[in-house]
Amino acid sequence: MQQQVYQHTLPNGLTILGEPMPWLESVAFTLMFPGGTAREPHDRIGLAGMTLEMTQRGSGRWSSREVVEELDFLGVDRSSSVSSFYTSISMSAMARVLDTTFEVAAAMVREPHFPEDELEEVRQSALLELSSIEDDPAQKCFVELKRSRFAEPFGRSSLGSVSGIEAVSHEDCVAFHHAHAKPQGAVLSIAGRFDWQDFLKLVDRYLGSWSGGPATHLGDVEPRVGSIHVPHDSQQTHIALAYDSVAYQHPEYYRGRGIVGILSDGMSSRLFTEVREKRGLVYAISASSHSLKNCGSVLCYAGTTSSRAQETLDVTMETIRSISQGIESGELSRLKSRTRTALVMEQESSASRSSQLAYDWITLGRTTTRQEVLSEIEQLTSENLIEHFKNHPPKRWTLVTIGPEPLEFQDEV
Amino acid sequence: MKFKQVTLDNGLEVIAEVNANAFSQSLGYFVKTGSRDETMEIAGVSHFLEHMVFKGTPRRTSVDVNRELDDLGSQSNAYTSEEQTVYYMSVLPDNQHPALDLLTDMMRPSLRDEDFQTEKQVILEEIAMYDDQPPYGAMERAMEEFFGEHPLATRVLGTKDSVSALSAESMRQYHSERYAPNNLCLVAAGAVDFDALVSEVDKRTKHWTPSRVERTLHKPLTEQKQIQMIHPPATQQYTLEFSPGPGTMDPDRYVSRVLATILGDDSGSRLFWELVDKGLADAAVCYTYEFQDCGVFGLYLAGDPEQQQDNWELIQSIVSQSDSHPITERELELAQNKIAAGILLSAERPSNRLFSVGGAWVSRHRYETAAEVSEHYRSVSLEEVQKAFEGLKSRTAVRVSVGPDTAL
Repeated sequence: MQQQVYQHTLPNGLTILGEPMPWLESVAFTLMFPGGTAREPHDRIGLAGMTLEMTQRGSGRWSSREVVEELDFLGVDRSSSVSSFYTSISMSAMARVLDTTFEVAAAMVREPHFPEDELEEVRQSALLELSSIEDDPAQKCFVELKRSRFAEPFGRSSLGSVSGIEAVSHEDCVAFHHAHAKPQGAVLSIAGRFDWQDFLKLVDRYLGSWSGGPATHLGDVEPRVGSIHVPHDSQQTHIALAYDSVAYQHPEYYRGRGIVGILSDGMSSRLFTEVREKRGLVYAISASSHSLKNCGSVLCYAGTTSSRAQETLDVTMETIRSISQGIESGELSRLKSRTRTALVMEQESSASRSSQLAYDWITLGRTTTRQEVLSEIEQLTSENLIEHFKNHPPKRWTLVTIGPEPLEFQDEV
Repeated sequence: MKFKQVTLDNGLEVIAEVNANAFSQSLGYFVKTGSRDETMEIAGVSHFLEHMVFKGTPRRTSVDVNRELDDLGSQSNAYTSEEQTVYYMSVLPDNQHPALDLLTDMMRPSLRDEDFQTEKQVILEEIAMYDDQPPYGAMERAMEEFFGEHPLATRVLGTKDSVSALSAESMRQYHSERYAPNNLCLVAAGAVDFDALVSEVDKRTKHWTPSRVERTLHKPLTEQKQIQMIHPPATQQYTLEFSPGPGTMDPDRYVSRVLATILGDDSGSRLFWELVDKGLADAAVCYTYEFQDCGVFGLYLAGDPEQQQDNWELIQSIVSQSDSHPITERELELAQNKIAAGILLSAERPSNRLFSVGGAWVSRHRYETAAEVSEHYRSVSLEEVQKAFEGLKSRTAVRVSVGPDTAL
C-alpha cells in the first residue's frame, strides 16, 4: 500500500495534487473550480451546465470542432460535470500525450471562445437533455429528492429548469465563467504515470498567470423534511428516500459510512437481504452516503410495482432502523474485507485516484491515504457503530415517490 | 502477460491471461447459453437461472452464497445476453482458492422450489422496470422484428407471461443440459496462479458429466419493416433501425465498428456534428451488435417527437452520402485512434480484461492481446470502410419507433 501524494500551491492560489502510479501506462487529471449550480442567479437555473458546454466549443488555438478532433486524435477519455458547488473537468489518456491533453483542458478554462452563434444550439441541447429524464423515472426521482431535500439554491439539478435555460444569454455564460473559473478555491489533481516536476512546469506554463478568486461563501445547507408525490403512469412506483447522517468531514464519518455499508454494500447487505432476497419486493434497492458541505445524508432508492410499494417503503424504513438492535460480527468483518479489497484495487485506476484526490481536497482541505482510510475502517466495532447510530439516528426524512399513487409515510416512530 | 489454456477431461475449458504484477485477479464462468438457446415456452429461463444461481447449492444456502461473495471482498455479479451467461468476481490474489471454490459450487445450484417462487417476483419487477423505459421496449421489439423466426428474436428477460408460466422443473432440465462442463469456460485475468487454478477446478468438477449441447446457427431472413409503438407517458420519441452487419466470426466486424464510429459515435462523428452538436436531437448514434452467426448495424435517434420526422430524414441522408461525402483519411485516423486508446486504457484493469479475453475465446476460440485487437482496428483501410459505407445504401432495415403518439 505504498503511496506518495505530492502537493503544491501556486502563487495564484491553485492547489496541485499528484499521486504517482508508475506501474500504469495511463495518466488522469481532474480540475475543479467553484462554478456550481448553487452560484447560478435564481432565474438562470441551468446556467452552470450551459456555460461548461460553451467552454468546450472552442478555446485557445482550437475551434469548436478542432477541440473534439484533437482529443480524439490523442485518444483522450474525457468527462465534465457540474455539481452544487463545483464545475469539474476530467481527462485520462496514455502518459505520452499528457502535455497536449493538458493544454486543451487549460485552454477551456483560460481562453474559451464562447462562440455567440452556438448559444442556441447549446440551449436546445440543454432543453432536450432536461426533457429526457421524464422518460427515466428512477433518475427523475433522485433529481426531485435533491430539489426537495436541499432546497434553493443547493438542491438544483445540473440539468437546469426550462425557464432558466430559456433565459440564459451569451453575456450570462461569459460572466458566470469569468466570475467562477478562478484559481483560488480551485484544485488540480493528477494520478498515474507522470513526473511531478515536469507536471508542475506544465501547469505553470498554462495556468501560472491565471488569477482571481476566492469564491464567496454560500452559507450552510439545511435539509427540508416531508414527502412529495409525482403522479406518473408507470407500472412501478419509484421511491427515493433521504435522512440525516454525518458529512464526509465529520470526525465520525467512517462510522456513518460503515452503517450504510452494512445496509447496502454487497449482496449480503441488510436492505438487499430483507427487501429483495427474502420478500422479492424489488429488483433494485440501494443506499449511499451523500455529503453536501456540512449536510450529511443517506440517500436510498427502491423501485417496485405499485401494489407492493407501501410494503417496500415500510420494510425499507424498518430495516434501516433495525441497526439499533445490533450488528453481527460477520456483517462487520465483511464490511472490512470489502474495504480492504477496494483500496487495493483503487491502484488499478488513475482516473478514480485523480478524482478522489480532488474530492478529498475540496471537502476536507487535505488528501487522505489508503492507510488512513484502512485504519479508520479497522477501528470500527459493533459497539461504536451502534453508539454512533444512537447518537445520529435516522431523522429529518425526505421522501419522493413517482408512480400511480402516493404512499403513506410516517417519518417519526 | 502470458496466455494459458487447458481443456479438462470433462470438456471444461480453463483459460487465463496471467499478469503477475497485477494487484487483483478476476475469475469468471462463461456459460455458452443465453436467450437464443430457449424455446418460446421457456423464454427468459437463462436470465432467471442466472438469478437462481445465487440462491444456494447443496453445500451452501443463498445467505451463505451472498455472505461468502462479500467475505471475499469481491466485486461480483452476473449477466445474461443472447449467447452467454457470465458469472464473475474480482478478488485479491490471496483469495483465488476460496473464490474458485464458491464460483464452481454455484455452477451446480439447488434450484429449490421456494426460492424459485420468490425470485420470480424479482424477475417480474425487473421486467416492469424496463417496461417503464420506452427505449428499452423499442429495442426488444426491434430484435423481435429483425430476427423474426430466428432464435435471436427471443427476449433476454422473457415476457411477463413466459416468466409467470415457467416451472422450476423446466429450469432444472435446462440447467442440466446447458451447464454441462463442455459448455462452460473458466476465464481468469490478472495475478492468477494458473497451475493451482487448473488442479483445483479439475478436482472439483471431476464428477461433472458432459452433455450434447447444440446451438442452431443460421443467418436471419430480414424483411424491410416499419413499426410504430405508442407509449402514452413517454415524453421523447425513440427510433431504432436494425440492418444486417458482420458477426463475431466475421473479420469485417472491425471495418463495421470503425464505420459506426465515424458515422455515429456519441462524440465527434457525422451524426454528432449534424444533429447532437446542433441541438436538434438528444441522441443520434450508430452501433454494432455481433452474434455468432450474424450481426446488426444499428441506428438510434432520441429527441422531441415533433422534430423526429425531420431528424430521421437527416440521418437517412447522412448514412446515404457515400458518393457525395466519402470517408476521409482524417476521419479514419481519428476513429482508429479513439478506438485503440479506449482498448488500451480499459486493459489496465484485470476486471476489464476478463470480458475481452473470455468473450473472444468463447465466441472465436482465439486469444488476442489488447495491443493485437487495437492493431486490427488500425489496419482497417480507407477502401474497406468506404466500401462498407457504400453498402449501407442497399441495406434491408427494420425500423421501430416509440413515443407519445404516432410522430413518425
